[in-house]
Amino acid sequence: MQYGLRYPRDFPMTDSPLAVEMRGIVKRFPGVLANDRVNFDLRPGEIHGLLGENGAGKSTLMSVLAGLYKPEAGTILVRGEPVHFNSPRDANARGLGMIHQHFTLIPSHTVTENILLGLDEPRFLMRLPEYDRRMAELGERFGLQITPQAKVWQLSVGEQQRVEILKMLYRGVDVLIMDEPTAVLAPQEISELFKTLRAMVKEGKSIVFISHKLNEVMEVCDRVTVLRQGRVTAAGLRSAETSIPELARLMVGRAVLFDLDKKPQTPGEVVLQLEGVCAANDKGLQALKNVSLTVRAGEIVGVAGVAGNGQTELAEVITGLRRCSAGRILVTGDDVANRSANVTIHKGVAHVPEDRTHVGSAPTLSITDNVIMKSYWQPPVAHGWSLDSAAARKKAQTLKEEYAILAPTIDTPARMLSGGNLQRMILARELSAKPKLLIAVQPTRGLDVGAIEGVQRLLLAQREQGAAILLISEELEEIFSLSDRTLVMYGGEIAGEVREHDAETVGLMMTGAKRQPVEG
Amino acid sequence: MTTNTLLPTSRSRWPFTLRFERRVEVPPAWLGPAVSLGAIVIALLLGAVVLTLVGGNPWAAYAHIGRAAFGDLGVFSDTLVKATPLILTGLACSVAFSMKLWNIGAEGQFFAGALGASAVILSGVVPATASGWVAIPVMLAAGMVCGAAWGFIPGWLRARLKVNEIITALMLNYVVVALVDFSVFAVWSEGGFQMSRTFQRAAWLPRLADWAQQVTLFRGLTTHLGLLFAVIAAVVMWYILYRSRWGYEIRLIGDNARAADYAGVSITRNTVLVMMVSGALAGLAGMSEIAGVVHRLQTNISPGYGFSGIIVAWLAKLNPLVVIPVAILFGGLLLAGREIQPSGVPRLIQGIILFMLIASEVLMRYRVRIVKAGEE
Repeated sequence: MQYGLRYPRDFPMTDSPLAVEMRGIVKRFPGVLANDRVNFDLRPGEIHGLLGENGAGKSTLMSVLAGLYKPEAGTILVRGEPVHFNSPRDANARGLGMIHQHFTLIPSHTVTENILLGLDEPRFLMRLPEYDRRMAELGERFGLQITPQAKVWQLSVGEQQRVEILKMLYRGVDVLIMDEPTAVLAPQEISELFKTLRAMVKEGKSIVFISHKLNEVMEVCDRVTVLRQGRVTAAGLRSAETSIPELARLMVGRAVLFDLDKKPQTPGEVVLQLEGVCAANDKGLQALKNVSLTVRAGEIVGVAGVAGNGQTELAEVITGLRRCSAGRILVTGDDVANRSANVTIHKGVAHVPEDRTHVGSAPTLSITDNVIMKSYWQPPVAHGWSLDSAAARKKAQTLKEEYAILAPTIDTPARMLSGGNLQRMILARELSAKPKLLIAVQPTRGLDVGAIEGVQRLLLAQREQGAAILLISEELEEIFSLSDRTLVMYGGEIAGEVREHDAETVGLMMTGAKRQPVEG
Repeated sequence: MTTNTLLPTSRSRWPFTLRFERRVEVPPAWLGPAVSLGAIVIALLLGAVVLTLVGGNPWAAYAHIGRAAFGDLGVFSDTLVKATPLILTGLACSVAFSMKLWNIGAEGQFFAGALGASAVILSGVVPATASGWVAIPVMLAAGMVCGAAWGFIPGWLRARLKVNEIITALMLNYVVVALVDFSVFAVWSEGGFQMSRTFQRAAWLPRLADWAQQVTLFRGLTTHLGLLFAVIAAVVMWYILYRSRWGYEIRLIGDNARAADYAGVSITRNTVLVMMVSGALAGLAGMSEIAGVVHRLQTNISPGYGFSGIIVAWLAKLNPLVVIPVAILFGGLLLAGREIQPSGVPRLIQGIILFMLIASEVLMRYRVRIVKAGEE
């Protein structure tokens, strides 16, 4: 048998057979070779990182292992025995389970009911109190704090993920595949998750950790396998013996410039000024308390903070998507507070929203219809009442090439785009309008290393062209490398401003342990 | 070199199984029409089974339906008469559904339009001596304005007070039917009958038969000017939805209201406007039926045109131009169905077609793979 890559045997073999061994897996989708003779092995009791860019074939490979897809070729061995899965149920029966990025929970049911769903027990009577007790015990064993009686809709995202993990544990899974488990979590929740994963490994479980976040993989994984364009570029590297730059190179095939070259620049006149802005969140609780800030032309002001401290509301208030209860929002001198989104768009405010699929794009409309979303009312796309579809298509075609949006045609619906391409489409739309002010919220979240770099370069180019940029991000590194000044939000307030990018100071401010007066 | 094989762990009991796989690519353009056509064929086959079970000969029945609806120019003309209000109510539903506004009040807006068009004639706003050049435009305007007003109510309630438009539009149907009843019983009753007087000839929409002296082919053909209104409306609505700024806003809201909000599109304003346009189209259907066919105000002027419009809109995938052929097909079914049975079988076939079409949607999103046992 011939493999695409020699299988590394440079580590001592243990007596126990491998938990999972995948050999020469080939999986094809129309027009794409998602997995090209991929080998993968998982030892009992390890956390194995599966690293790769968006579309590298990580999720496909693991979906094959979890019984969701059938490979065109290749063999799978579980604890040394060849297996053949027709469905996730078959994989479950062999002790394999996968937790997807999008949870499969029923919001109106309790935790226990969700865990029991699809099982043959209890046979007739629900006997929920007894099962509640079992779930609580199971949770305790693995350090998963959970209230079995709680309804899923009441839980935070992190808690919902715990329910998914418990679901798998209750099914007796000993190989757990987690598809980008940290993508939806806040920083504190991530460290909680890592603790749980370690507890599980101690109990002899094996975990596949799919991610494209290098630091997380380095932090939590014992070994790492890297995929690039469907092929393995490094198999089972010990994380202790590798480094972030090396992994990044293996992932993207070239050294990633993490040091972006940012030209020194003197900021121009004030473009955005907030004075004592207060606003409520969706639940009616006060989310912004007396927020004042300024952003000048040609400057990037970073807003750091743990998720849920008012950053989302801040962006929405400025872009006219949320009403504020007090204060003034001046864009180039005019008060736009409580005006519509329409007004801010006309004032030259671009918005890269946090939620790309639900806010930033129309999923079943074409790329063309999506890129004209902010300019359909003005020439060349509009002539009076009518739309010039030729002009719209021309614009879409130009932007598709300029921003390297990978899609078959400009008629492709937005929902067919991968995360990185969708974000490029949104950026293409927002930046091509040559905005005076850009509000970018989590612009690189969920993107792979190559795409992140591309997005960050685009933001810097906007800065050079004299746009005022408010960058709201939870990635401290991103804020430090891009922004000229950094504001830290805590509890709906600006906890302070830093010019020297010192992670410790900012960390203390983010957790409310320190405040610092805002400089000029 | 050995071949890579996966050892089967379980064997299916069946010689082959069907697997549904989510489409990862955009389906080809021909797939949509092909799937719809297939669904209609399967629906007709299922209808044939039912017809056989009740003791009929399905092929004879279908052949009869075909002849009675499209057999010669005379019956085809009658089919077009039936199709005219269906095109308009189909358009009314298409435009509202494109914005995900579930206007199921087209039936009521149809009656409102009929009432408005009749009122200007019966109350004497249009003098009895006025020519058709005056009477018809005034009736047209009155019908559309009344339909729009009847659409405005649920639209405004939805936009301002977040009241579910499905419920208000449905309930308003009963209100306007009662208003028409009141008018024909109490206000414009002729000689105690439950109908108004016949309109003066100037208020009748011209029919093809009116030109029988010039073109002998037109003799006895009942197709009236309303069909032209309907076709023009379809073209205009197509242009609005796919080639205008406003239509773009409607489609954007329909696809993702939050994205529309983010793009600065006013959802409140468009909700009211679209419901009014939808109502105006249904009102035009009522006016065209009153002025082109019935020629007086009476009860029972609609065999459910407003509700059939919902089906027509869905079958046409909300495309205004496709609404025309679909409405003609339905018009034929409506006309010919009565030859077989007053209500049962034709309605049943309509229902099966709708069911099949909705079910066939799944094929647009999933591909089916036939897997032979042991092949996997």
